[in-house]
Amino acid sequence: MKGFILSFRSEFYKSRKTAGFWSAVILPLLLCILIFAGFYSRSDKMAMEPGVILWAQFSGAILGVMGSLLLPMLIVFIGYSVNSIEHKADTWKTLFSLPISKFAVYSAKYFYALFLVFLCLALFVLFTVGFGNLLGTVKPELKFHDYNMSGTLSQLYFKLFLSSLGILSIQFLLSLLFRDFLKPMGIGFIATITGVILVVNQWKYDYLFPYSHPMLALSALPQHHNHPATNNPTIIVDIFTQEIYVSLIIAAVVFIAGYFIVLKKSVK
Amino acid sequence: MVINTDGLTFDFGSQTVVKSLSLQVPEGSIYGFLGPNGAGKTTTIKLLLNLLQTQQGSIHIFGKELKSNRLEILAQIGSLIEQPAIYLHLSGKENLLNRALLLQIGEARVNEVLNIVHLTDAAHKKAGQYSLGMKQRLGIALALLSDPKLLILDEPTNGLDPNGIIEVRELLIKLVSEHKKTVFISSHLLAEIERMATHVGIINHGELLFQGSIHDLEAMSKPAVQIETDNTIDAANYLARNNYTATEVTDTHIFIPYTTKQQMGNINKLLNDMGYNVYSIIKQHKDLEKLFLDITQNA
Repeated sequence: MKGFILSFRSEFYKSRKTAGFWSAVILPLLLCILIFAGFYSRSDKMAMEPGVILWAQFSGAILGVMGSLLLPMLIVFIGYSVNSIEHKADTWKTLFSLPISKFAVYSAKYFYALFLVFLCLALFVLFTVGFGNLLGTVKPELKFHDYNMSGTLSQLYFKLFLSSLGILSIQFLLSLLFRDFLKPMGIGFIATITGVILVVNQWKYDYLFPYSHPMLALSALPQHHNHPATNNPTIIVDIFTQEIYVSLIIAAVVFIAGYFIVLKKSVK
Repeated sequence: MVINTDGLTFDFGSQTVVKSLSLQVPEGSIYGFLGPNGAGKTTTIKLLLNLLQTQQGSIHIFGKELKSNRLEILAQIGSLIEQPAIYLHLSGKENLLNRALLLQIGEARVNEVLNIVHLTDAAHKKAGQYSLGMKQRLGIALALLSDPKLLILDEPTNGLDPNGIIEVRELLIKLVSEHKKTVFISSHLLAEIERMATHVGIINHGELLFQGSIHDLEAMSKPAVQIETDNTIDAANYLARNNYTATEVTDTHIFIPYTTKQQMGNINKLLNDMGYNVYSIIKQHKDLEKLFLDITQNA
């Protein structure tokens, strides 16, 4: 366990000045600012909307882009960046000749990639809620303050996080095995497009294909119930749908298989 | 023995890269592991660090079997393999701090090794902007960081200028003589090893051709009498008629296997009596460079 914690801290230390780390921070910030600017400039047209609809439009605009294309591509990039740092510096040989078990080194790297995805999605929640409330403050005619979306958003993004784990494991392993960016990137891109097509065409077994999971996770529409007291709808997110289970199983299997591949693989 | 391998064999596909290697590296030695490029040196080193899985034979380090005591053994080894493994986006010091974090070593030791390899002034410069020699020195600093009992260095003076080479050599000699470390150092340059090694292993095509102390190696090179004279061919023929057969005759020199001091006196007298000018006559050891070539080429 000590080896794992040391390796995990080292991963942070190494990557804190790389694009891989900052992409996880800047992507949510940038996207939220863009949507914020869009709403700010069109505020007069939306002044009549109730708070819940505003929130749905605001966060939906962000979620829509993320779920289908941006999240899988971000994962491709994060999976690549945590491994490429070693490929580029030719440091696999030193990592695996440290007095730290190979499993600790491997799993720390994997969980660091997982942490970056989690961080990115958590920041999406934070920035969405933050910028939504900011909009309500700078443009009081937009009734963002009438409704609190943070609980629902947290659940939605958590579901999105779980749905992305299958892709993460696959992309992580591909980036570990291939030195160049093009192979994991190419495979990830084609698989993502395939995933979108499968969901759009409502293929019967699309829930078995990991690259379809983020889109599926969001396409199962949250159920609306009108709250008796406030007359505001409460949105209930069903987190554990079948594609989430498939995603978790794929993530675990590929993670374990990856370890045995690493064990067998000669370090160049 | 600090390193002891027995019948170590390694294949890459159908090609045998290391053949039945039995290395014996005594404690407190500087073991020069010599061989031409592609002889199997780096593969052997990767086997010693368990980066490649042993296929046949056994490896014992500090008297313990490598695979079953991997972490315990690795904790006492510092290594530099081929090109130094350095994160170019981090500064030299950050590279060391990162490794110190993994090995749970304090910053004081980081500053100490920076000083040892003379990188204190460039500590905060990005390693990507380092020269080849600076990178190599940072690689050596990384290997020294944990103050290991055994240093395994693969061609550590690659890319260093003559001053750098001398510094590394002196550092290694000091580590062994003052701090009782053991150094296993590979090189394709005999001249470099000759000046510091106490023991030598010579490998070619994956086979160990020679192993022993540097004195054993020197003893293998039989001394010769080197005679500088004006008419070498005639003189050599004349000596041959007197039972001193030359092994080599050049335009300026004759070489005859050395036996005794008396023999040298006789040769000198014979030549002088016949009117040959003897400009010089000395006993000469065959240099190790030549011996190394002989050993690796005859195999």
